[in-house]
Amino acid sequence: MKEVAGYPDALTDKQFHYCPGCTHGIIHRIVAEVIDELDIREETIGVAPVGCSVLAYEYFNVDMHEASHGRAPAVATGIKRVHPDKFVFTYQGDGDLASIGTAEIVHAANRGELISTIFVNNAIYGMTGGQMAPTSLEGQKTTTSPFGRDVREAGHPIRMSEMLTQLDGAVYITRVSVHDPQHIKQAKKAIKKAFKIQLEGKGFALVEVLSTCPTNWGMKPSDSIEWLKNNMMETYPLGDLKTPEGVE
Amino acid sequence: MNEEIIMAGFGGQGIMLMGKLLTYAGMKEDKEVSWMPSYGPEMRGGTANCTVIISDKRIPSPMSSKPDSIIVMNLPSLDKFLPKVKSGGTVFMNSSLIAEEVTRDDVKVIKVPANEMANEIGNSKIANMVMLGSFVEEKNIVKPETVKESLEKVLSARNQKLIDLNVKALEKGKEFK
Amino acid sequence: MGEKVLMKGNEAIAEAAIRAGCRYFFGYPITPQSELPAYLARKFPEVGGTFLQAESEVAASNMIYGAAGAGARVLTSSSSPGISLKAEGISYIAGAELPAVIINIMRGGPGLGSIQPSQADYFQATKGMAHGDFSLTVLAPSTVQEAVDLTMEAFEIADRYRNPVLLVGDGIIGQMMEPVEFKEAIDPDELPKKEWATDGAKGREPNVINSLALEPEDLEDHNMKLKAKYDKMKEEEVRYEELYTDDADIIIVAYGTTARISSRAIEMARKEGYKVGMIRPITLFPFPTDIINETADRVDDFLAVEMSTGQMVEDVRLAVNGKKPVHFYGRTGGVVPSPEEIVNKIKEIGGEK
Repeated sequence: MKEVAGYPDALTDKQFHYCPGCTHGIIHRIVAEVIDELDIREETIGVAPVGCSVLAYEYFNVDMHEASHGRAPAVATGIKRVHPDKFVFTYQGDGDLASIGTAEIVHAANRGELISTIFVNNAIYGMTGGQMAPTSLEGQKTTTSPFGRDVREAGHPIRMSEMLTQLDGAVYITRVSVHDPQHIKQAKKAIKKAFKIQLEGKGFALVEVLSTCPTNWGMKPSDSIEWLKNNMMETYPLGDLKTPEGVE
Repeated sequence: MNEEIIMAGFGGQGIMLMGKLLTYAGMKEDKEVSWMPSYGPEMRGGTANCTVIISDKRIPSPMSSKPDSIIVMNLPSLDKFLPKVKSGGTVFMNSSLIAEEVTRDDVKVIKVPANEMANEIGNSKIANMVMLGSFVEEKNIVKPETVKESLEKVLSARNQKLIDLNVKALEKGKEFK
Repeated sequence: MGEKVLMKGNEAIAEAAIRAGCRYFFGYPITPQSELPAYLARKFPEVGGTFLQAESEVAASNMIYGAAGAGARVLTSSSSPGISLKAEGISYIAGAELPAVIINIMRGGPGLGSIQPSQADYFQATKGMAHGDFSLTVLAPSTVQEAVDLTMEAFEIADRYRNPVLLVGDGIIGQMMEPVEFKEAIDPDELPKKEWATDGAKGREPNVINSLALEPEDLEDHNMKLKAKYDKMKEEEVRYEELYTDDADIIIVAYGTTARISSRAIEMARKEGYKVGMIRPITLFPFPTDIINETADRVDDFLAVEMSTGQMVEDVRLAVNGKKPVHFYGRTGGVVPSPEEIVNKIKEIGGEK
């Protein structure tokens, strides 16, 4: 009998702590499925961030290293340099990667560090209670932008992925979403491609995954999906931003 | 025996190298030695100095507030370090570049026209070795032979071909004591 | 021991790290320690080492966090302002119980300060490096030879306790040249395998490198475990040197370069009839508290000499515990005290002879 679905080996059986309607769980799962499909579970070292996915080290059934806020690419660099033959990925949110960790992600990408980054962008700080993120949309209300993000005061939503395409060391940068099954499939395909790029020694790859935060957006999960589609995708359009084919 | 020497001059006059060579020779003769450079923006400003200490006993501090000798390659260095020389100490000065007279009468002054001598040998860059030759001869702290033997260790790979020239300069310096 | 060579402190420390089996360096340029990374950048290719100039000290300290977690002997070096930035990674390294060696060639502060020799980071090194309840093992060499020996030992201590070890020198230790002899090199491939390291969970349960413990009781347990390690260090790792302590009336306590200068002052003062001795802490943490306390029973005065406005003197006072007066002499901001100044202070304490 052919198994058509199952629980990934690359996830532990620990129950996720994520809120209802949050897509971290889906993203964890597809990352784990890709690790299984590439048969690299025993060769993988993951780096967890600070943010809602801080406990990712409890969920991935691989060697994990919990980094300080924003420094996952630096920690991953240290690991990868010691074990160049292993597979190393970081899993980071938008506060982590797009704010406090901008220097680390930019320079890891610029060095063409052979790591893969999953960048989960939900346009808000979740763990600390709904503060404005650098990726928050113009006019978006958060606890630290209670009247809506005023770009004259707080700057504009930062498009990290577009920025990173300018770096020669980054070979694959793409933006996906996981708000419906079709997009989840596409996201998984992108993650697999990113991981293969590392395994083939081609350079740095990053997959930005748009994600929901119904709790801190103040919405029902179903509304948050609509908000993502109608608002986030306008500022953060989906699709490949840089591909190795384009580089070669 | 405890000899504390400050060497000073413009950047590019080979001050650090002169110090390292003497220090190396001291080490070769199983003496206690230390070499301490000035560092940081001071160096960028075009002057350089280093302190060399050669002793029979453990060296407490690699810095010297009252040196026994100074080797000064230019006027600003003479002005800066002359007041520090121990009473009865020795001032080796590059008379090619310092026309002024030493204003203290409690120190011995040895004038070495180092640039002229170096030019005579054929390379103005080895004025430092002329000065050091004079120092080694006058102070008798390390053997001139040891200094020459140390050149190979102290000169960079690309300057190894200049050993003979450096030896000549050290020899030339002997004439001034 | 091999042949004697003349080397700058910074370069000698770098060579010692290579000989200790360290093959990974992550750092960021800063004066007066820049010869150390430059030496490794030059030499590492010969031994298959990895040198990486990071984008910042913050990144560098997190790279060593990663590399240490991955099981490597790893080094970073910096000078005072850079160590402040590295404090983040160092706290995580201590929290996650990883071995790493950090070099601080101290310069004047606060802020940008100066680039001249200083010992003003004593508090930072021994008390307030970063957030949380932790201590580094802190080694303070006073010669280039000792810097070499302690650097090699630092990697052993770090592995033994799974704790970051900080070696502090000042600009003088880093910049001066002295003759050194090196011990035989350790082959990193011969070092025992670190079973806890992240190197891929092949045929075993995953390893997790982590400093997070959300349950207060769990973190308290972890803190107590760390404390037990520090207590063990206090039992087993205290290092110091004594000079003329058998007949002394006045005991100088000084470390690093200041101890060297004090030893000259002691020779000078003894010639004038002042019985002065010295206890030179070689480990600043754990501090040689017991020997100072015991010595306090038979001497009249203590004098702490530092290149700061008075930091280690507090530990001397705690060690003396009120038994005898503890005096202080310090120069700071990059000014190095002269032996004569220290002699004057000795005379002030000892009275006219």
